[in-house]
Amino acid sequence: MDFSIIFGNLDIYLEGLKNTAILVSISLMIGLTLAIPLAVLRTSRNYLVAAPIRAFVYFFRGTPLLIQIFLIYYGLGQFEVFKASVLWPLFKEAYFCALLAFTLNTAAYTTEIIRGAIEGTPHGEVEAAKAAGMSKMLMFRRIILPSAFRRALPAYSNEIIFMLHGSSLASVITIIDITGAARIVNSRFYSPFEAFLTAAVFYLCITFAIIWLVNKLEFRWYAHLRPQDTGTADGGV
Amino acid sequence: MFSLHGYGPSILEGTFLTIAVALSSLLISMILGIIGALAKLSRSKILQIGAKTYTTIIRGIPDLVLMLLVFFGGQVFINEVAPLVGYDEYIDINPFIAGVCTIGFIFGAYMTETFRGGILAVPAGQLEAGRAYGMKPFQVFTRILMPQMVRHAIPGFGNNWLVMIKTTALVSIIGLDDMVRKAALAAGATRMPFTFYAVVAILFLVITSISVYILNRLESRYSAGVVKA
Repeated sequence: MDFSIIFGNLDIYLEGLKNTAILVSISLMIGLTLAIPLAVLRTSRNYLVAAPIRAFVYFFRGTPLLIQIFLIYYGLGQFEVFKASVLWPLFKEAYFCALLAFTLNTAAYTTEIIRGAIEGTPHGEVEAAKAAGMSKMLMFRRIILPSAFRRALPAYSNEIIFMLHGSSLASVITIIDITGAARIVNSRFYSPFEAFLTAAVFYLCITFAIIWLVNKLEFRWYAHLRPQDTGTADGGV
Repeated sequence: MFSLHGYGPSILEGTFLTIAVALSSLLISMILGIIGALAKLSRSKILQIGAKTYTTIIRGIPDLVLMLLVFFGGQVFINEVAPLVGYDEYIDINPFIAGVCTIGFIFGAYMTETFRGGILAVPAGQLEAGRAYGMKPFQVFTRILMPQMVRHAIPGFGNNWLVMIKTTALVSIIGLDDMVRKAALAAGATRMPFTFYAVVAILFLVITSISVYILNRLESRYSAGVVKA
């Protein structure tokens, strides 16, 4: 194996790293922003409100991300009406299509994660909030969502990592992300081991960095659950 | 829009291949999962570290990167090793084998965690009781550990299976004629990409829905006699 090829082409990988970072962080941010209201509405007892969100989540969780990307990037061009619309210049770009597919995909998964966390709220907390005369809005803002986020964090950290890994599919529609960079290096020098192992190392490092950050966040968010040093053996009870 | 222009049978053929890839990968991943789980729970430090390294590294790398590594890398590797053992012709690596091995290898890591959890959920006292009755280790495994482990492992197992079915779509990238690639070919010929990818999306939904139904039946079967709260 000859890793000097990699050092000679490190700029391609750095370009890929930049694109992966942009794609993943933007889609995660927009996805999370969409998912919070969707999850709240999904818990609604009104069928007309909950059913469309259910269908959205069912579709995006039940089909491969690759198909979703293809449907948006290649699929929409089938419709002449759409091609004539003002949106077409956007949807012609692979970058935008990948971003849209990733965003909708992570929004669907995150909706389901937050919904589970909302439904896991202890009943007493909701009753107490109602008894204190909180409006529904206030109850969600002060009681349900903060504790739901705390419960959702472990599952959401998995979703972040899945999104990072899923973003490698962007390379299939010509985007130069980390995997795309590896594919270029491989086809240029016919050195699959060096090319793809380097990409693997990039992804491993990012994954470990994410896990480290989430652990730090968990440490902060679960501060109230840590055994507290009260100075007395019986905890001051 | 809903005429498939004669490409229906071809897509269906691809569907069977997708299912074949998924089931073959499932078999490999289950074998690796059992081995991995037993290694993680064994007393040997080396086995523990080996299994830990396997699951950590596999879960940190995207499926696509691993698949390309096995497919392109395997090709180079085999053709460099083959002449050493006296085989001089060029060997093409079979995308079916590359795909199935990679997916099986990846999900073996996820199965390891699932099975490990399942094994840990069986009370140790029951295994001790089995040994006290004079059962051999293999008998304890098949009569006491397995039937109960399955119940605890089914939810995680089901999740892995559903993710795995969707992962099979990646084999189209390394040139295997699964339903995604069949749809891509049909889409190119008819200029109806949306129709064909939508059909494949629906087929995936059908497969996953049937899987969920079967998994629920399995779960209730293996939970016979368990009192629910």
